[in-house]
Amino acid sequence: MAHTAHTVKRYRGLMDWLTTVDHKKIGVLYLIAGALFFGIGGIEAILIRIQLIKPMNDFVDPQTFNELITMHGTTMIFLGVMPIIFALMNAIVPLQIGARDVAFPFLNSLGFWTFFFGGLLLNLSWLIGGVPDAGWTSYVPLSSTEYSPHHGVDFYTLGLQISGIGTLIGGINFLATIINMRAPGMSFMRMPMFTWASFITSALILFAFPAVTVGLVLLTFDRLFGGNFFYIPNGGSIVLWQHIFWIFGHPEVYILILPAFGIISDVISTFSRKRLFGYSSMVFATVLIGFLGFMVWAHHMFTVGLGPVANALFSIATMLIAVPTGIKIFNWLFTMWGGSIKFTAANLYAVGFIPTFVMGGVTGVMLASAPADFQFHDTYFVVAHFHYVIVGGLVLGLFSGLHYWWPKMFGRVLAEGLGKATFWMFYIGFQLTFFVQHFLGLTGMPRRVVTYLPNQGFDTMNLISTVGAIMMGIGVLMFLYNIVITSRKPANASNDPWEDGRTLEWTIPSPPPEYNFKQTPLVRGYDAWWKEKMDGNTEMKPAEPIGSIHMPSPSILPFFMSIGLFIAGLGFMFAKDEFGSGIVGFLFNNYIISGLGLLITFGCMFLRSVIDDHGYHIEKEELEDKGVKA
Amino acid sequence: MSASAHHAEEHWPHEPEKATLEGRNKVLGFWLFLGGESVLFGTLFATFLALRDQVGDGPTAAELFKLPMVAAATMILLVSSLTSVFAVQALHRKDVKAMLNWLIVTVILGFGFLALEIYEFVEYIHEGHTFTTSAFSSAFYTLVGFHGAHVAFGVAWITILIVQIFKKGLNFVTAPKIYVSAIYWHFIDVVWVFIFTVVYLMGKVG
Ligand code: HEM
Ligand SMILES: [Cu+2]
Repeated sequence: MAHTAHTVKRYRGLMDWLTTVDHKKIGVLYLIAGALFFGIGGIEAILIRIQLIKPMNDFVDPQTFNELITMHGTTMIFLGVMPIIFALMNAIVPLQIGARDVAFPFLNSLGFWTFFFGGLLLNLSWLIGGVPDAGWTSYVPLSSTEYSPHHGVDFYTLGLQISGIGTLIGGINFLATIINMRAPGMSFMRMPMFTWASFITSALILFAFPAVTVGLVLLTFDRLFGGNFFYIPNGGSIVLWQHIFWIFGHPEVYILILPAFGIISDVISTFSRKRLFGYSSMVFATVLIGFLGFMVWAHHMFTVGLGPVANALFSIATMLIAVPTGIKIFNWLFTMWGGSIKFTAANLYAVGFIPTFVMGGVTGVMLASAPADFQFHDTYFVVAHFHYVIVGGLVLGLFSGLHYWWPKMFGRVLAEGLGKATFWMFYIGFQLTFFVQHFLGLTGMPRRVVTYLPNQGFDTMNLISTVGAIMMGIGVLMFLYNIVITSRKPANASNDPWEDGRTLEWTIPSPPPEYNFKQTPLVRGYDAWWKEKMDGNTEMKPAEPIGSIHMPSPSILPFFMSIGLFIAGLGFMFAKDEFGSGIVGFLFNNYIISGLGLLITFGCMFLRSVIDDHGYHIEKEELEDKGVKA
Repeated sequence: MSASAHHAEEHWPHEPEKATLEGRNKVLGFWLFLGGESVLFGTLFATFLALRDQVGDGPTAAELFKLPMVAAATMILLVSSLTSVFAVQALHRKDVKAMLNWLIVTVILGFGFLALEIYEFVEYIHEGHTFTTSAFSSAFYTLVGFHGAHVAFGVAWITILIVQIFKKGLNFVTAPKIYVSAIYWHFIDVVWVFIFTVVYLMGKVG
C-alpha cells in the first residue's frame, strides 16, 4: 500500500468518458444524457400540444396520443429532470463540502451508466416492439397484457427498473459522501443549502425508490410470467398498484423539488449579497418536507374510495406540507429584502421561481381538499398544478443552477444578455401554456384526452396553451444556442466569476482540477468563503500541508455492467415472442439472451470484487507545478 | 495516508473495517443500502399481507405449509447468523484461520437453507401451488423467492470472499468486505424471521 507509485492507464477521448470515475465528468455525462432525454420529452410535449391546438384535430391518432403522453411524462420525470439534478449534484456537492471526490467514485459511474442504459431501453420502444401507452402512472388494468398487449409497458417496467437502480445508487453515494467526506469544520449546520437539499433528496431516493422497484417487479411478473398481483379474476388488487406507485410517487415529487429549493437558496443569497435569511429554519423545513412527503401519498387516490376517514387524514397531512414550504418562500423574500440585488440570468430564473411555485403550491392545497378534488381530479386543473411546480419550480430552478454554476463546470460564463432573453421567452411561454389550463380544468376538460368537441369553451384556451408551448420550445433552443456560442469562447472564468460567491466551490479554479482542492480547506463558518472574504483573506486556510493525493483509477466495468442489464432486459421482454429466424428465436425463447446479459453484469461485479483498485497518486511536485500555472 | 495505514497494519485496531476512509465509506454505504432493502422487503410484505387470503381455487396457506421443515430452515439460518458473528469476532482478533472456518460453516449452512427451500417449493408445486395459481401464490413466491435470491447471492458473495482471503490475506482492504458481508447476512436473517412469522406462522393460524 505504501508509496508505490502505481502507474495507471489514463485514457483519452471517448474511452476517458466511458471509464471516468471523476464526479465532475460524470456530472457532465448526466447533463448531456439528461439534456438528450429532456429534448425528446420536449418534442413529445410539442406534438401533444399541436394535436390539442384545435377541436377535433387529427394530427395524431388516439393510440399515438396515448404513447406521446405516456412517454412525455415518464421521460421528463425519470430521464430528463432527474439526471440534470444529478448533474448539478455531481458537479457541485463535493466542491461545496470541500471534498476531493464522492464516497464511491466507481458506483457513481455505475449509477450513471445504469440510468443511461435504462433510459435507452425505454426509448428503444419507439423503434421496436411497441410504445408504453398506459400513462406515466401505468395504472392497472390499463397496463396489463389484456389492455396493453404489445411490449410497450414492458419497456416501461424494465427500462425504469434499470434506470431506477442507477438513481438508487446515486442516492446512496451522495448520502455517504455528505456524511463522511466533509472538510474539517464543515459541520452539518454550515453546509450550503444546495448540499442540504441534495442530502435530503438522496434520503428520499433511498426510501422511495425501492417501493417502485417492487411495484415494477410485480407488474413485470404479471405481464411476463403470468403473476396475479393485479389480475382481479385470480384475486389480485388494482388499488395495490396505486398505493405502491404513490408511496413512491409522492416522495418522488419532493425528490424533484428539493434540489431546486437548494439551488434557489444559494442563488438568491449570492445575488442579494446577503446571508440566507433563516438558514436553520430552511434546513428544518427541508427535513420536515422530506419527512411529511412520505405521509401523503393517498392524496392522489381521493376518488378511489378509501373512505372519508382516510381521505380526511391524508387531506390534513397534505395541507401540513404547505407550512414548511411557506417558511421557505418567506425566507427567500426576506433574503432579498434590503439586499443589493443583481438580476443576472441565474437570479432572474430564481426570482421567477418564487411566484410560479407559490401558485403551484396554492393549487396543491386546493387539490388537497378531498371533496374539492372530486371535481378537480383527472382534469386539466391537475395538469396545471403539477406543471406549475415541476416546470415553474424545478425546471426554472435547474436553469438558474445551470447559469449559476456553468462557469464552475466549464470555465465559461454563459452569455448574460441572451440568457435573460431566454428567461423571458421561456417564462412567458410557460405562463401562457399552463395558466389557462387551470380554467380549462375548472370548465371541465379532462386530462389525457386526444381531442375535444368545439364550442365548449375549450377552444381559445387550448390555442393559447399551444402557442405558449411553442414559445417554451424556442426558449430551450435559445438556451442551447447560448451553450454553443459560449463554448466557442475561451475558458477563462476566474475562481469566483460572480465575485459574490459565498461557498467553497468558488475558491478553486473553474473548472476545478481533477483533485478539486490542492489542500483540503479549513471551514470556519457558514458561507465559508464569504467569511474569509469578509475577514480580508484571499483564499481559504488549508487544513493540511501539500502532499501527494490518492485518486481512484478509471474503470470500464460500470459501462459493461449496465450493458449487461440492458441485454438482460431485452432478453426477458422478448423471451416468449415468435421470431422469423430460428436461431434468434432459440436464443430468446430459452432465456439465453437474458442469461447472457445477467452473466455480463454479475461477471463484472465479480471482477470488481476480486481485482483491487490501488488507484494512483498525484505527487506533490505535480501539484505545485499546476499551482504556478493557475 | 498510506504511510500511516501501513504503520497501523502492524497494530491491528479494534475495528479494522473502519481503519481507512474507504472502509468507513463502505460500512456506512452498506448500512444505507440496507435501509433501502428494508423498504424493498417492507413493500413485498405489504403486498403479501394484502393478497394472502386471495387463494382462488388453489390451496390455502394452512393446507400447504409444513411447519417442521420451515422451522428447521429457520434454525439453520439463525445458526448461520451466529457463525458469521464468530467470523467477525475472529476478524477483530485477526485470527484468519478461525475466521475462514466460521465463514465456511456459514456458507455451508446457507446452502443447507437453500436446499430446504428448493425442496419446499418443489413440494408445493406438486400440490398445485404454482406461481400463477392465485394472487396468494404469486405474492408468496415473490416474497419468499426474493429472500431466497438474497441468500443465494450472499452464499456466492461470501464464497468469493473466502477465496480472496486465501489469496490476499486479511488487511484493511479485505476486512471491510468481510464485515459488510456479515451485516448483509444478518439482515437476510432478520428478514427471514419476519417471513417465518408473517408468512408461515400467521398462515397456519389462518
Ligand atoms: C404544497 C405542496 C403540494 C400539495 C399540497 C400538492 C397536492 C397535490 C394533490 C392533492 C394532487 C392530486 C391531484 C389529483 O390527482 O386529483 C397532486 C398532484 C400532483 N402533484 Fe402536487 N402538491 C404539492 C406540491 C407538488 C410538488 C412540489 C410537485 C413536484 C415537483 C408536485 C407534483 C405533482 C404531480 C406530478 C401530480 C400529478 C400526478 C398525476 O396524477 O399524474 N406537487 N398534488
Ligand atoms: Cu402528491
